[in-house]
Amino acid sequence: MSDFFAATGLTMKFGGLIAVNDFNISLSEGEIVGLIGPNGAGKTTVFNMLAGYYVPSEGSIRFRSQILNGRKANEITKLGIARTFQNIRLFSDLSVVENVTIAYHCRIRSTFLGAVFRLPLYRREEKEMYEGAMNLLNEVGLSHVTGERSNSLPYGMQRRLEIARALATGPRILLLDEPAAGMNPRETMELIDLIRRLRDAHRLTVFLIEHDMKFVMKICERIKVLDYGTTIAEGTPEVIQNDPRVIEAYLGEA
Amino acid sequence: MDPHHKRNQLLSLAGMCAIVLFLLYAQTYGTSYDVRILNNCALFIILAVSYNLINGVTGQFSLEPNAFVAIGAYTSALLTLTPMEKEISFIIEPIIWPLSVIHIPFIFSLIAEGVVTAIFGFIMGFPVFRVRGDYLAIVTLGFGEVVRVVANNAQTVTNGPLGLKGLAPYTNLWWSWGFAIFTVFMISRLVKSSYGRALKAVKYDESAAEAVGINTFWHKMLAFTCSAFFEGVGGGLLAHLITTISPTLFTFFLTFNLLIMIVMGGLGSITGSIIAAVFVTWGSEVLRFVEEPMHLGFIDIPPVPGMRMVIFSLILIFLMIFARNGIMGTREFTWNGVIDWIQKYVKPAGKGT
Ligand SMILES: Nc1ncnc2c1ncn2[C@@H]1O[C@H](COP(=O)(O)OP(=O)(O)OP(=O)(O)O)[C@@H](O)[C@H]1O
Ligand SMILES: [Mg+2]
Repeated sequence: MSDFFAATGLTMKFGGLIAVNDFNISLSEGEIVGLIGPNGAGKTTVFNMLAGYYVPSEGSIRFRSQILNGRKANEITKLGIARTFQNIRLFSDLSVVENVTIAYHCRIRSTFLGAVFRLPLYRREEKEMYEGAMNLLNEVGLSHVTGERSNSLPYGMQRRLEIARALATGPRILLLDEPAAGMNPRETMELIDLIRRLRDAHRLTVFLIEHDMKFVMKICERIKVLDYGTTIAEGTPEVIQNDPRVIEAYLGEA
Repeated sequence: MDPHHKRNQLLSLAGMCAIVLFLLYAQTYGTSYDVRILNNCALFIILAVSYNLINGVTGQFSLEPNAFVAIGAYTSALLTLTPMEKEISFIIEPIIWPLSVIHIPFIFSLIAEGVVTAIFGFIMGFPVFRVRGDYLAIVTLGFGEVVRVVANNAQTVTNGPLGLKGLAPYTNLWWSWGFAIFTVFMISRLVKSSYGRALKAVKYDESAAEAVGINTFWHKMLAFTCSAFFEGVGGGLLAHLITTISPTLFTFFLTFNLLIMIVMGGLGSITGSIIAAVFVTWGSEVLRFVEEPMHLGFIDIPPVPGMRMVIFSLILIFLMIFARNGIMGTREFTWNGVIDWIQKYVKPAGKGT
């Protein structure tokens, strides 16, 4: 088991429903790992537990020798685990660049009084936040729309903006919930390059959920398959593609 | 970042001078009635802009300003009244000890009531921000009521229903407008900073705000406590303007008035809050006649106290249905905006002639 990141025995119960049962994942630095499964399998629930949105009914989460159980979502982000959302959640009325500068806020050292009085430290940090945001937007290919309102962008761009926003928090692990949803095939292929590039440039470890099998098989080095909350298979894309239980889970759904 | 920074600063300075000149003019040539309305405008700007910080900017629909204003007003009154005056006022039961001897200058009392109210706001924030949405509104509404009831019954501190009378009329145009400008300046600085962006993030999407590492609880507390500070000082200024305070002043109607202002101005817009505060304050003076008895030919209409409130409520309902964004939406006044506007509408006309 990796001592970088490991979750063991994660179980999430909603009343009588066991949405996720005894889920285990360990990540090594720099990996790109996929989580797939039919609708309602519990994938987003796993992310919500890892990111501090749900408190697991059972199990533990460790990240670089720290226990994450019971930590709030914002603390987990500050520790270095950032996420995106399946249903895009941008700050809709704010501009593209503001959406990203907001995400640097959790790391500034200025107090609110320093900010109100525009003390030198704050002015420097504000400049850094702005420049950092512009750089990230450039990296994800949004430098031409920085002044637009975020909800005026097409889907594909909103997804990339959410990735840029997550990156601004300075994560070591990036959790992407269906990053290719709503993208056309060309955008999806570009997204593969983008995620790989970002992984290398920012020394990230990526854990992603996706329904687009072509995308998953191409980008992931390792895949876990959930069905009704239970892990039914795990392995390289080749192994997963030929696993009879996986095929059954997907065919059974159709 | 802004190439017009210098120009805009000069324009702001010019605007400030214009306000000072206007106030000088009003003080010299205005009637005491004019001065009172101007003072009221300034006070309601202070209260509306700081209420807007929590309700509009941070999006936490709460109903407590009457509590904050009351705390500020009572604190300041108890601090500026002389021990002698207090002894005379508290006829039913004497005032408790430290308060009976404390007496500090007006300016220090302003700071003190801001701090005291902020501390109250801070403590109150812990239970309040455990809940969201409708529950938040109800809890804060309850808090406002609790403060009023306490003011009514804590005889040895607040003098109960009799209230506190004979405060020195310290609040003049300079105090009220000076502090109004200070409030607007501080709160717009806050809103335009990184902290302000975080507050907006909390308003638009709390889950997403948490996802980018914003501690939503502490940011709500920040907005709430700042709001309390300014509401508190506003309360102190109010107390020394009307010189008599009693629990009946701080009912939910005060909050409701402020609510109308911030909704009318556009929740989240400081500019909107200012415009609406002036509009409503001035409007309720103009509308005074509707509460007086009227003779329309053969019909005699008896006086209807509270009629103005009905009119404002109707305006509020109308706004909520047809113009939910209010006057300004979430937009703000900026010099760049004004100059763009002038260039767009004035220049072409000038060229044409
Ligand atoms: N907060 C909640 N309360 C109750 N039930 C929930 C909650 N969140 C998720 N569930 C249930 O848990 C199960 C798993 O949901 P989840 O969203 O994790 O699925 P998913 O694998 O992400 O599906 P999809 O591919 O459609 O996004 C579903 O049956 C869902 O209804
Ligand atoms: Mg999902």
